[in-house]
Amino acid sequence: MVGITSYGAYIPWYRIDRKVVYSAMGWLDPATFMVGEKAVANYDEDSITMAVAASMDCLNGVDRNIIDGVYFSSVTLPYKERQNAGIIATALDLRPDIKTADFAGSAKSGTTALLAACDAIKAGSAKNILVCASDCRVGRPGSAQEEAYGDAAAAFLLGEDDVVASFQGSYSVSYDFMDRWMADIDKFERVWEDRWIRDEGYNKFIPEAVSGLAKKCNLNPKDVAKASYPCLYIRDHADIGKRLGLEPNQIQEHMLGTIGNSGTAYPSILLAAALEDAKPKNNIVVASFGNGSDALLFQATEKIIDIKDKRKGVKTHLASKKMLSNYEKYATFRNVITVEKGIRGETVPWEQMSLAWRNRRSLLGLVGSKCKKCGTPQFPYQRICVNPNCKAIDEMEDYQFSDKRGHLFTYTEDRLVFSLNPPQIYGLIDFEGGGRNWFDLTDCESGELKVGMPVEMSFRRKFIDEKRGTYGYFWKAIPLKG
Amino acid sequence: MGTIKDKVAIIGMGCTKFGERWDAGHEDLMVEAFKECIEDAGIEPKDIQAAWSGTQFTEVNQGASGLPLSETLKLPYIPVTHVENLCASGSEALRGACYAVGAGVYDIALALGVEKLKDMGYGGLPDFSLGANAKKDSLLWPNFSAPGAFAMMATRYFARYGLSPEEGKMMLAKVSSKSHHNGTLCEKAHLRREAPVEVIMKAPIIAWPLGLYDCCGVSDGAAAAIVVRSEEAKKFRPDPVYVKALQIAVSSGEDSMYTDFDYTHVESTWRAGLKAYEEAGIKNPREEISMAEVHDCFSITEAVTMEDLQFSPRGRVKEDIDAGRFNLDGEQPIQTDGGLKCFGHPIGASGLRMMYEEYKQLQGKCGPRQVKNPKFGLTHNLGGWPTRCVISVFIVGL
Repeated sequence: MVGITSYGAYIPWYRIDRKVVYSAMGWLDPATFMVGEKAVANYDEDSITMAVAASMDCLNGVDRNIIDGVYFSSVTLPYKERQNAGIIATALDLRPDIKTADFAGSAKSGTTALLAACDAIKAGSAKNILVCASDCRVGRPGSAQEEAYGDAAAAFLLGEDDVVASFQGSYSVSYDFMDRWMADIDKFERVWEDRWIRDEGYNKFIPEAVSGLAKKCNLNPKDVAKASYPCLYIRDHADIGKRLGLEPNQIQEHMLGTIGNSGTAYPSILLAAALEDAKPKNNIVVASFGNGSDALLFQATEKIIDIKDKRKGVKTHLASKKMLSNYEKYATFRNVITVEKGIRGETVPWEQMSLAWRNRRSLLGLVGSKCKKCGTPQFPYQRICVNPNCKAIDEMEDYQFSDKRGHLFTYTEDRLVFSLNPPQIYGLIDFEGGGRNWFDLTDCESGELKVGMPVEMSFRRKFIDEKRGTYGYFWKAIPLKG
Repeated sequence: MGTIKDKVAIIGMGCTKFGERWDAGHEDLMVEAFKECIEDAGIEPKDIQAAWSGTQFTEVNQGASGLPLSETLKLPYIPVTHVENLCASGSEALRGACYAVGAGVYDIALALGVEKLKDMGYGGLPDFSLGANAKKDSLLWPNFSAPGAFAMMATRYFARYGLSPEEGKMMLAKVSSKSHHNGTLCEKAHLRREAPVEVIMKAPIIAWPLGLYDCCGVSDGAAAAIVVRSEEAKKFRPDPVYVKALQIAVSSGEDSMYTDFDYTHVESTWRAGLKAYEEAGIKNPREEISMAEVHDCFSITEAVTMEDLQFSPRGRVKEDIDAGRFNLDGEQPIQTDGGLKCFGHPIGASGLRMMYEEYKQLQGKCGPRQVKNPKFGLTHNLGGWPTRCVISVFIVGL
């Protein structure tokens, strides 16, 4: 049986009330008004870091050595050339003998990646594939997209053992429907008329795909526990369900007013939310929208009960939030407003590629060492044990710190160094099980920290080197969520 | 192990006016310190047989190697060794000169520390990723500054000893206020204004809990010394100052990566102090050290250094600060010239600037800030951070 063996989700800590966006930019086009709030990636997050966070949630308690592939989908890939899925795989410290691929170009690509993973496992060319979808789309200031788009990520582990939701079948439609597009010369996407997108695309493709799936799988609408599909228009989202013969309680809540339209991640985050509430035997339909639609049917198994409460999932992340009170900060985080950094702020470390390669497991994977003689964990990797009573030479084994919790031994809030979200907070982290080093702290604000508070690690952008066109990634500590 | 005690003497010193020397490049600073130094020693440039120069951020201004010193001071065809050991670079230059003379290889050697920092275009020290850190560390370490690294020690010190932020900050304010007073009495200091504790407490935060007055200034400067063998010293002047101890201790990583370390003291300072007292034959530092110039890059650094150098019992420096022990009129005056707090910290120059003050104090030439009958003076540099640091502890006497 092929299916989902684990799931995880990630929603960034910051949210913004759309009223705040509207009060800043609504003067331009009063018709952009939307209600609710949307999730906003912190200044040091992008689609890669959010995908890593969702994957960490998904892989909690999973032996990472069983993973044979990583499929990453996004329409906001930080790198056009340099595989983004490869960065995720290294951050997760997966085996090197795996398949990795980026799925891009359309908000539909998240479900396409899921399908590709199911097919590969069915075909026997892989046993377990991690599929993650993540987006951090930026609408042009004053646009409807700026109001609608929110940032989020979700991840699924697909496999054959301990399946929590079995894959029952799929149905896809593909159309070169140019509702939105972005050429390689564009910073922001462009859209055609909304009414046309709604009537000719949204209201047709999802019903076509879901109907096709139902027919193919002999699925009666009344046997659907939850249908999960993105919400571009609130009234039409409900109407689509009605036309498919579904009652309102059979439609997964769209979260447009809490997260926003999260692109490739949107169907995945809805699927993760549906799995969180699923009971054994529940049929869950997930469908995407973007240049057509993929519809997939999953059926929850008895194992769905075992995995509950072991994932932060959508609920824990939704509950942990901080409202951004001003639009300018949001626009600065997304580099829509470029701010004065000062000469110090322009100084970024020079990432030497050969050095980064040599140290990739430390830099991207947060892998240190543990002394086989005395058992002391240490970061970064040391060849001579740091324990003053040991100092054994070359007696180390690899030791993963990224999944270890810790506590804040001491900290400061620094207003001298440049940060896009000042003050720059950092401190010494003592890891559970041993090991200490100093790390930046993020997803926290001035006055919120205390000596001794519990923390966990989060993969983030450390710096952006505009001169050399690189994003520097590393791990930061965040106050423990959930 | 051998000892340098009483083998070498300082017979001349020079020190520039410290400050934001927009008028001066590293060459001007070198010449200013050198000129005073050789006049004080009563020697000619041609008498100098070897030289050591100390600068940390060579990339900001002068560039690497011994060439900037030999070319600027026109000292032809002698060995010039450039040394860099973070904030102990100036002290390291002096140590090199002393050891070479003490070994009997040279008769007269020059040590000069210089740093031209105010060409960066921003406040604070140059960003460490420019060269102070290993490239890998720049990618692994937080986006930190020096105030932040030491602020973490204040956070921990307050937590460990149960001080509220107000109590802790008041203790530190007294440290800075004392130094500001001393700085008003020293013409070469950069900052020469009184700073009452009420003003210090209200100052803007730089890196919580450290505010503006908890941080030393950033300035330009140079200082220099001429050393000879002790038995030759009185041929040059009647009041040479004798070297009693030159100790350096460098962290091995256990303080930064091993969880036993408390972050409320600097282990390397403690170790360097122990070795220096042994070398100088000091049994009771609290009673025997007449005065000291310690590395007060931040107020918290000075406070814990009092404990690490055994001037105060562990965890009880607050009592001594409250009692005024370290004030100019106290039992053990510290930072009699105003310290880094008022001189600022042109890194390579600081160690020799501190020694300049001890030298002048021991010779009784410090006017309104003169310490009564000093016997032993101590200088201390902390290069790096509370963990991962290079410490120098030098002791001189009559």
